[in-house]
Amino acid sequence: MPSKVEKWKDEVYGSEIREHLLEFAEEGWESIPEDEHDAWFERFKWWGLYHQRSGQESYFMMRIGTPNGVIEPGQLEVIGEVAKEYATGPADNPEFGDAYCDWTTRQSIQLHWIKLEDIPEIWDKLESVGLSTQQACGDSWRNIVGCPVAGKDKHEHIDAWPIAEQLNEQFKGNDDYANLPRKWKVSVTGCDEGCGQGDINDLAFEPARKDGELGFNVRVGGGLSRKEARFARDIDVWVPPEQASDVAAGMSALFNEYGDREDRFNARIKFLVDEWGPEKMREVLQAEFVDFELPTAGEDMRDQYTYNSGSQVGHDDHVGVHEQDDGNYYVGLNVLVGRQGADDVLELADIASEYGSGEVRLTQRQNIIIMDVPEENLDALLDEPLLSEYSPNPSPFKRGSIACTGTEFCSLSIVETKNRQVRYARWLEANVDLPEDHEDFHIHLSGCTASCAQPQIADVSLRGMKTRKDGDPVEALDIGLGGGLGENPHFADWVEMRVPADEVPGAIANLVERFKELREERPVPEGQEGRDGEAVERETFREFVEARDEETLAELVEPEETDYEDPYMHNTKTTWYPYVDDDDMDASPAPTDGKGESLAPSDD
Amino acid sequence: MPTDVHQLDDGAWISVNDSREVNVSDLWLLARHEFCPCEMADFLAEGVVEVGVDHPDVEARFAGRCIQCGTEGVTDWLAVGRVIEPETGEFYPVVPESVHVPRKRTRLATPE
Ligand code: HEM
Ligand code: SF4
Ligand SMILES: [Zn+2]
Repeated sequence: MPSKVEKWKDEVYGSEIREHLLEFAEEGWESIPEDEHDAWFERFKWWGLYHQRSGQESYFMMRIGTPNGVIEPGQLEVIGEVAKEYATGPADNPEFGDAYCDWTTRQSIQLHWIKLEDIPEIWDKLESVGLSTQQACGDSWRNIVGCPVAGKDKHEHIDAWPIAEQLNEQFKGNDDYANLPRKWKVSVTGCDEGCGQGDINDLAFEPARKDGELGFNVRVGGGLSRKEARFARDIDVWVPPEQASDVAAGMSALFNEYGDREDRFNARIKFLVDEWGPEKMREVLQAEFVDFELPTAGEDMRDQYTYNSGSQVGHDDHVGVHEQDDGNYYVGLNVLVGRQGADDVLELADIASEYGSGEVRLTQRQNIIIMDVPEENLDALLDEPLLSEYSPNPSPFKRGSIACTGTEFCSLSIVETKNRQVRYARWLEANVDLPEDHEDFHIHLSGCTASCAQPQIADVSLRGMKTRKDGDPVEALDIGLGGGLGENPHFADWVEMRVPADEVPGAIANLVERFKELREERPVPEGQEGRDGEAVERETFREFVEARDEETLAELVEPEETDYEDPYMHNTKTTWYPYVDDDDMDASPAPTDGKGESLAPSDD
Repeated sequence: MPTDVHQLDDGAWISVNDSREVNVSDLWLLARHEFCPCEMADFLAEGVVEVGVDHPDVEARFAGRCIQCGTEGVTDWLAVGRVIEPETGEFYPVVPESVHVPRKRTRLATPE
């Protein structure tokens, strides 16, 4: 029997949802019949709107999909203006104020506290500069990700940006692919550093050479959610760039046809790949969904991948000043946990136009890059006060931090995430020294097993849990170690479970100390002494974890209370908003009308 | 009308008669259960896996973990509340922190 969601999708789905949304917006929140909330909230996702959690009724999260994270000149200003005007709620966040943008791990943008009544105006503004919320959530082609500096990168083999653009053109608003069994996440990369994160997407194109020609190898069925993490699997197919969209169309049609519509928990294509295996995926793709002979896989460049590889060489991310292919520079700024206040976004928009082309790009590590800066502008740009907050040269703990949405807004969450991770990063920066040869150290915090912060591919993975402390329930985190991408990607091993959240910084501090004491030296393989001229090298953190079993690792993580203070220990999910004085569910003003006036029945 | 139950938002919610009623992330105390070795399981509900109705009870199976012993898995059927009068459809939730006894099966399961 098809699921309830499938029934709703059969009735109304895809582009046509827009008309209904506009009508509801015109008539106001209360015009959505109460017994149709579930159905409409499910459908609204397709247009990038996700209803916020309990206690925040009538408020939406809005996601804007920016293919490959490219924000063209003029767009950032509009994003900042929209955030400032509309992304304001009934209460402030103590770290970030009352209007902010979230740069996400899939190179998209999230705004919160959006009112239904404002959506038509917001769409007008966004769409006037070519931005869109279409298919940013829901069961279809999601925002296409890739190397954030595609088309400008010195390390590039194929310019993947035109292909990402083409896929976006072809599959956004395309009725044939509008209603898939589940979300469909695609990555296209042409660079040899592996920063497209293809391995954790449903469909990945990664650069490969076949008979001297450059094209893409194809992998299918990656994803991190629900304790069912999978890396995308190699289906032994190579495509030339001009046929990438045919293979993408074929594979998403295959998913449409064979994906599970009866059980949403089994619907992602990763489960079909589990069931069929890569050989059958290839066979069915060839037999039923493409009309040309699929070449076998070409020679990939995975052995050169440095991105999130834990190797401490090459580009691990895009923070810092880097030369582009055209002699200009890009300047990657660290945005701690991906959240930037609207005023800062507007200032950044000015700076990007003043010193660069005005184009900026979002990375899959929640950071933002100023593009096309001529060499002579670099010094003045780097002197801008805004860059002391959003630094191109941050401390490793700030640089490596990623956090998802968490209990602030998300229904699935178990724990508070972003504000907590900000406090963690500050404390770690002040109290912990990584070894000098470690500039890259990733700590990813996800509020639940959906894994939006991609915890499994971090050096230190944190995932929301609960435990009891002195008998009372408190927010806690599971701690995993040693995850990352690169030639041989690896998911973190979960070694220490249910650590009270206020003991996690102490646990990380202890772990780093032990790592410094215990890491081993080994001779540099012959011929590779060049690295820094030394004849011995020492284990990287990732190697250190890989070489030890879970039990040993668990002993190295020793949770401990320190002078770190955590104001969010108290089951923040049971509040209407975790940071206000009167955080009781009953104190919530929601739902509110278009002006933000409470529609909730009052006590008196 | 028959009580209509389904899960929403990837198992974040149990919706009863088209109203979001039971959310994840609560701790449930489970007695006489087979979920884990603990006499009383201290179960964190992380996701709704299956929902059903055994009139007047609305029931669900949750994925999650006992935070005492660390066992992970899916519970048997737990009553999460009741719809006493099908005409009004009004839902009366149980209190998660009180003690619950899971059952092996429910009458009307819909695997969504
Ligand atoms: C209100 C906020 C959010 C909600 C409710 C939400 C919900 C979910 C859910 C339910 C899943 C697992 C679904 C599945 O089985 O495929 C998931 C996974 C994921 N989401 Fe989110 N999400 C939110 C925010 C974000 C943000 C800000 C991003 C970045 C664009 C994001 C990116 C991801 C990624 C990368 C995964 C895991 C990888 C995968 O399995 O595809 N999510 N999210
Ligand atoms: S990982 Fe979980 S808590 Fe965090 S945003 Fe995703 S669904 Fe919400
Ligand atoms: Zn137990």
